[in-house]
Amino acid sequence: MNQLTLDLIKLAFLAVLWLFVIAAVGVIRTDLFDQADSPRRQRRVARQLARQAEAPPPRQRPAAPPRASRRSRSAAHELLVTDGSLSGTVIPLADRQITIGRAADATLVLTDDYASTRHARLYPQNGEWIVEDLGSTNGTYLDREKVTAPTPVPVGVPIRIGKTVLELRR
Amino acid sequence: MTAIPNQAAAPRAAADAVSVRATRRGTELSMIGFAVGIMALAYAAVGLGLNGHVPSGIVIYVPGFAVLLLVAHMGVRTFAPHADPLMLPLAGVLNGLGIVMIYRLQESGVSGNPGFPISTLTSHAALYQLLYTGIGVAAFVVVLGLIREARVLQRYTYTLGAIGLVLLAIPAVLPDSMNGAYLGAKVWIILGGFSVQPGEFARIALAVFFAGYLVVKRDVLSLAGRRVLGIDLPRARDMGPVLVLWAASLLILVFESDIGTSALFFALFVSMLYIATQRTSWLLIGIGLFGVGAEIASLLFTHVAVRFTLWLHPFAPASLNISDQLARGLEGMAFGGILGTGLGQGQPFWTPLVQSDFIVTAFGEEIGLTGLMAMLLIFGLLVQRGLRAAMSVRDPFAKLLAGGLSFVLALQIFIIVGGVTQLIPVTGITTPFLSQGGSSLVSSWIVVALLMRVSDTARRPPPQPIQDEGMTQVVRAV
Repeated sequence: MNQLTLDLIKLAFLAVLWLFVIAAVGVIRTDLFDQADSPRRQRRVARQLARQAEAPPPRQRPAAPPRASRRSRSAAHELLVTDGSLSGTVIPLADRQITIGRAADATLVLTDDYASTRHARLYPQNGEWIVEDLGSTNGTYLDREKVTAPTPVPVGVPIRIGKTVLELRR
Repeated sequence: MTAIPNQAAAPRAAADAVSVRATRRGTELSMIGFAVGIMALAYAAVGLGLNGHVPSGIVIYVPGFAVLLLVAHMGVRTFAPHADPLMLPLAGVLNGLGIVMIYRLQESGVSGNPGFPISTLTSHAALYQLLYTGIGVAAFVVVLGLIREARVLQRYTYTLGAIGLVLLAIPAVLPDSMNGAYLGAKVWIILGGFSVQPGEFARIALAVFFAGYLVVKRDVLSLAGRRVLGIDLPRARDMGPVLVLWAASLLILVFESDIGTSALFFALFVSMLYIATQRTSWLLIGIGLFGVGAEIASLLFTHVAVRFTLWLHPFAPASLNISDQLARGLEGMAFGGILGTGLGQGQPFWTPLVQSDFIVTAFGEEIGLTGLMAMLLIFGLLVQRGLRAAMSVRDPFAKLLAGGLSFVLALQIFIIVGGVTQLIPVTGITTPFLSQGGSSLVSSWIVVALLMRVSDTARRPPPQPIQDEGMTQVVRAV
């Protein structure tokens, strides 16, 4: 093996090693512009929302959502935050009640200006989960109804507290 | 009001378009292919550089390594499908280069190759390193499979804290024949022919403990206190845990002669404290405490003072009589220069213990500054991906854990590379993924598994509501 070949192999190896680094940086670059919180993506989402806003508002659907009522028969396993600052949080359901509010000792601590310190609670009763408003200022909504008395929560029906939306999942 | 058909479906479709994010597992797979290619090229280059032949072991090492990375990849696909696509290839390429360099060192002076055999390296060290990679990958998959959410670790905060401290303390109480005192630092548990460095695993357990502890205490640590000279000083009683850990790290320093682990362990805590409280005062207090501790230690204990002498005057005759390791490492890197001597064509066998603490100098010699910079960048990217996961995850425990683990990885590389390049005193710690040895490799793979678990949580698309209507009520005055 002559020295020239060895030198060429050496340079080729260094070139390939750097190509790997550059490829890795390329992956980061494409990744960066696909993140949900990147400015570019936010602008794109904002444009989409603006386009929707220009379109006439959709008529309300007549019937209650069929899927939710079909699913409500089986027991719920977790509480999911679907909107608001805690969106994506999952709380596994045990046999204990879940308190929701801005208080530090709540099960789900909200940082939401529209939520009260002790806003609402969810508790199990006879295999069902019941939502109860704890005298909050802005109210708790189950689907579109304001919760005035303890109300059973079917699986998949949104509970709205301030800007936060929760629902039960099996 | 007129009925407009199909409008109701529009918001849902838009929401789907927003939420769909590629998992990028395909990208990961192609980068893994790239990493295996680099490993194969390096392996062939070593053989050609040593004796002009592609070694026959290429049919064992390259497919073996490729299969291991594929297993890790399948584990990620199964257990963490949304995890960062780069961490696995970055860790993989470093691990592959480490195996190749250990193979190169083990072959030196054997069967007519130039140089002489390294006395501290067995003749099948590279094969063992591949085996350790297998154990590391198995640990990686098991961690991803068992820990489905980083926050389940929070339940074991104090258990893991105790385990970590016990692991750190074990070598200090073992008899010298069982803790590796003859190797310079008492950081081993040696049983029969089998040895483990418990500190490598203690690091992970302690990172979990600090994350769990600080999540609970961070408010009091960051809010209470007085402001003096523009620095927020914490209350005296909140200093307790910091002082306890400082004392513990000094005890390790004294009883195990291990500056590296002690520095790493204390810095892990201080950095996580800083991440949790966002207060610079903790950094200053931590650095000050460690500086004072190191100064006192260097006055009281000769082995610490010797390290300082070696650092300040590596080429002085008095220093060379004690240890020529640093000097030889520096000479090796100087010999390599910008482009290096080429794999298999340098003389890294001159440096004592070049396969573990000083493996960076072997790379510096044979692939030069150019190659070493690329490797440091790969380490940097790995740390960056970890910190990125820490920044984007919501759960504060996972955030602290990923931040702490990424920081400690970065710090470990800084300590060892800074040590062998004479920027700071040499402290014997391993280079993650590169150094010979199972403990370091397996624990590094566990760290990557935890970081990928956090990044999977961070990048998982938010679940869609089952019902999409009724969120916003449009009220019209009729």
